[in-house]
Amino acid sequence: MIEIDNVSFRHGVAPVLQDVTLLLPKGGLTALVGPNGAGKSTLFSLMARLLKLQSGEIRFDGMDVATTTSMELARKIAILRQDTHVTARLTVRDLIGFGRFPHHRGRPGPDDEEMIEKGLELFELSGLSERYIDELSGGQRQRALVAMAYVQDTDYLLLDEPLNNLDMHFARTLMKQLRYLADRYGKTIVVVLHDINYAAAYADRIVALKDGRLSAQGTPEEIMTADCLGALFDMEIVIETVRGRRIALHHAG
Amino acid sequence: MGRKLLALSLLALLSIAAFLLLGTRGNWEFALTFRAGKLIALICVAIAVAVATVVFQTLCANRILTPSIMGFDTLYALFQTLLVFLLGCLGYAGLNAELKFLLELLLLGGGAFLLFGLLLGEGAQDLFRMLLAGVIFGILFRSVGNLLQRLIDPNEFAVVQGALFASFNSVNTGLLRMAVPMVVLSTALVWWRRHRLDVLALGRNHAISLGLNHRGELFFFLSIVSILVAVSTALVGPVAFFGLLISAAAHEVLRTHRHSLILVAASLLAIIALVGGQAVFERVLGMAGTLGLVVEFLGGLVFLAMIFKRGMA
Amino acid sequence: MTRTRDRSKRLQGVPAGLFWLAGPVLAGLVVASLLTGVADLDLDGRFSGEAVELLLVSRLPRTLAALLSGASLAVAGTIMQMLARNRFVEPTTAGTAECAALGLLLVTLLLPSSSLFIKMIVASASALAGTALFVTLIRRLPPTQPLMIPLTGIVFGSVVGSVVMFIAYETDLLQYAGVWMTGEFSGVVKGRYELLWGSGAALVIAYVFADRFTIAGMGKDVSVSLGLNYRQVLWIGLLIVSQITAFTVITVGMLPFVGLVVPNIVRRTMGDNTRQVLPLVALTGGALVLASDVIGRLIRYPYEIPAATIFGVAGTAIFLWLLFSRQAQRG
Repeated sequence: MIEIDNVSFRHGVAPVLQDVTLLLPKGGLTALVGPNGAGKSTLFSLMARLLKLQSGEIRFDGMDVATTTSMELARKIAILRQDTHVTARLTVRDLIGFGRFPHHRGRPGPDDEEMIEKGLELFELSGLSERYIDELSGGQRQRALVAMAYVQDTDYLLLDEPLNNLDMHFARTLMKQLRYLADRYGKTIVVVLHDINYAAAYADRIVALKDGRLSAQGTPEEIMTADCLGALFDMEIVIETVRGRRIALHHAG
Repeated sequence: MGRKLLALSLLALLSIAAFLLLGTRGNWEFALTFRAGKLIALICVAIAVAVATVVFQTLCANRILTPSIMGFDTLYALFQTLLVFLLGCLGYAGLNAELKFLLELLLLGGGAFLLFGLLLGEGAQDLFRMLLAGVIFGILFRSVGNLLQRLIDPNEFAVVQGALFASFNSVNTGLLRMAVPMVVLSTALVWWRRHRLDVLALGRNHAISLGLNHRGELFFFLSIVSILVAVSTALVGPVAFFGLLISAAAHEVLRTHRHSLILVAASLLAIIALVGGQAVFERVLGMAGTLGLVVEFLGGLVFLAMIFKRGMA
Repeated sequence: MTRTRDRSKRLQGVPAGLFWLAGPVLAGLVVASLLTGVADLDLDGRFSGEAVELLLVSRLPRTLAALLSGASLAVAGTIMQMLARNRFVEPTTAGTAECAALGLLLVTLLLPSSSLFIKMIVASASALAGTALFVTLIRRLPPTQPLMIPLTGIVFGSVVGSVVMFIAYETDLLQYAGVWMTGEFSGVVKGRYELLWGSGAALVIAYVFADRFTIAGMGKDVSVSLGLNYRQVLWIGLLIVSQITAFTVITVGMLPFVGLVVPNIVRRTMGDNTRQVLPLVALTGGALVLASDVIGRLIRYPYEIPAATIFGVAGTAIFLWLLFSRQAQRG
C-alpha cells in the first residue's frame, strides 16, 4: 500500500503540490494523469525519492521514504524516469544485470542470472542481449530500461511517462507487459501518463492532479466522463463508447 | 555612441603618450625612436588582432571563437622549431629575416585558411567539435614542437627558445616594413566591405536571400583574417585570449551590431589594453614580461564566463 | 537475428583475445625497459653483482614507476569519464593536474621545509578542490553539448596553469613547474618513486567500487533507483582521481591524455562495464606509458626524451582521431 500523506511542495515560492493525500492499495496499475504543470512529475519524483520531501509523508508498505535507507527502498521500489539517458557503453545484458545490484551488491549469484534471463525473455530482448545499448533504437533502449526495472524484482514499479519515445506498437506492448506484471506477479505499478486513453485502457485506477491538488480519482469508468475530464483539462471533451471502451475525443471540437 | 568612441580615442591617445613618455631618462631622441618602433609594432598587433577577431566571430556567428584559440601560436612555434631542426643553427640565423617572415605568413596563412575553412565548411553545425579540435591541434603542435626541441642540439635549443619568447615586451621591430603595409591594406579592405559584414552576421540563409555570394564573401574575409593572424603571430607570438577579451569588451561597451562601430571600438580597446598595459607593466610595475600572462588569465576567465552564459541561454 | 548472434560471439571473443595479446606485449616491454639504458647490463654468463644492483636500484624502479603511473592514470580517466558522463574528461582536461601543481607550488613556496607527506596532502587536496569545482561548473552546462565539457576543462586548466606559471616566474620556480607538468622517468631510482604505490592502492580501491562507478555513470536517477548513495560514490571517485593525479605529479610529473586515450580505446571493443574493463584499462595504460618511456630512451640515445613528450604526440593524435571517428559522432 502506498500512503501519501499531506504532501506539499514548492519551487522557491511557487507551490507545485498542495496537501496531496492519497491512498493506493497494493496491487494493480494506477495511472497518474493531469494537464501540464499539474505536479505529476513532482509527485512522482517525491515518491521515487528523487526529490526531498518538504512537508508531508510518503510510505510504501509502512516504509517511510524519508527515513528508510536508499538501499532498502531499492529492494521495494524500482523507478524509471522518462529522460533517462544512459551514455555508458554497456551491453543490454550488463545494463539489465545492474538492476540486480540492490540484491547482490556487486557479487551476482545464480538466482541473479536466472532473473536476468527472465527479464530478457519477458521483454523480448534475448536476441539483443550482447548488443551495446548505444546501438539500439529508441524503443529497444526503452524496453531494456523497463526490463532493468523489472529485474530489480520489487513490489512497486514507478514509471514516469514511459511511452514517450515509443511508437504505437511498442507503446501497446509495454502497457500490456505492465498489465501482465500486475496481474501475474501482483506488482503495484504507478505510471505517469500523458494520454488519457492509454490510462483508460490499461489502468485499474486513475488519479488526476490539477494545479498541484488531487482533482479526481477512481476507476476508468468513473473518470472517463465528459464532466470529469472537461473540468480536469479545462476544455470540452467528448466521450464515445467504441466496442465497449470509453474513448476521449480530445482532438475534435 | 559617438561619445563613447571619443572617450575610447582619448584613452588610446593617453596610453600612447604614457608609453612614449613614462620614465624616459637621458637621451630623449634615442628613447623616443626606440620606443616609437615598438609602439608601431604594438599598434599593428592590436589592430590586427581586433579586426581579425571581430570579423572571424561574425563569420562563424559566435562570440566565443577566436582565431587564436585555434592552435595558431603553437603552429608558429612548431614552424620555428622545424626550421632550426631542418636548417641547423647557422642556417636558421642566416635566413633572411624578411624571407622568413614571408614564409611564416604563407604557412600560417595557409594553415589558418585550412582550419577556418574546415570550421565553416562541412562541420559548421558542430561548433564545439571544431573548437575542441582546434585546441587539441594546438596541443599536438606543441607536443611535436617539444619533441623536435628535444631532438636538436642544446645550442640549437637555445636559439629556438629565444625565437619563441617573442612577447609584447620584445617585439620584432625589424619586420615592421612589411607588417605595417599588410595590416593597413587588410584593415582597409575590411573597412571597405564593412556593411557586408553586417549582412553576413545575419547568417548564411539571410545573407544569400539578401543577394550576397556567401561562399565568395567567406573566402574574401577568411583570407584577410588569415593574413592578420599570421602578421600578429609573427610579430609577437602567442596571444591566445587577447582577441576574445577585446571583442567581448567592445560588444559590452557599445552594445551594437554595426561593424563600422564595433571594428573601431575593438581596435581602440586593443590599443589601450596593449600599449597602455605595456606602459603600466613595464614602467610602473616593473614586470615587463607579465602582461601576456595577465591577458591570458583574464581572457581565460572571460572565455569560461561566456561559455557558461551561452550554456544557460 | 544471425547478425546479432555473430556479433555476440565476436564480442565475447574479444576481451580474452586482447588479454592474450596484452600479456606478451607487456612482458616484452618490461624486458626491453630493463635492458635499455646508458649503462650496459652484462648478461653473458652469470649476473654480476653490479648488474643486479643496477637492475634493482634503477631499471626495475623505473619500469615499475612507468607501469604504475600509466595504469593509475588510465583508471583515473575511466572513473572521471563515468562520473562526468563524458568521454573526453581526464585529469588534464578537467584542471586536476594543474590544480595539483598549484597546490604543490604553493606548499613549496610557503612551507619549503615541509615533508614529502605534507606536500602530498596539499597537492591532492588542491587537486580534489579543483576537480570538485570543475564538476560543479559542468553541472551548469547543457547536456546537449557534451564537447563543451572538455573544452571548459582545458580552458579552466590553462587558467590555473597560467596562475602557476605566473607565480613560478615571479619566484624563480619555473623549472619546478616544468618538471611537474612533464612526466619523465629518467630521475626514478629506488627510494624516489615509492609514492606511486599509493596510486597502486588507489587502483585496488577503484576496482572494489567498480560497479558503483558504472551505476553512477548511468545518471543520478538510475543510481537512486538502485539504492546507491550517489554523492558518496562521486566523492570517492574524485578522491581516487585526485590522489592518483597528485601522486603522479609529485613523483614523475604529469602524463597528459593517458586517462583519455586508454579508456576510449578499450571501450570500443569492451564497452563501459567498469568492473570488466578496469584490468585491461590498467594494463593498456601501463604498457603505453612504458612503451613511451622505452621509445624516449632509444630515439636519441644516449640522451633521453620525456615519456610525456612522446605520449603527448601520440595521445593528441589519437584524441583527434577519437573526436572525428564515427563512434564519437554517435554520442
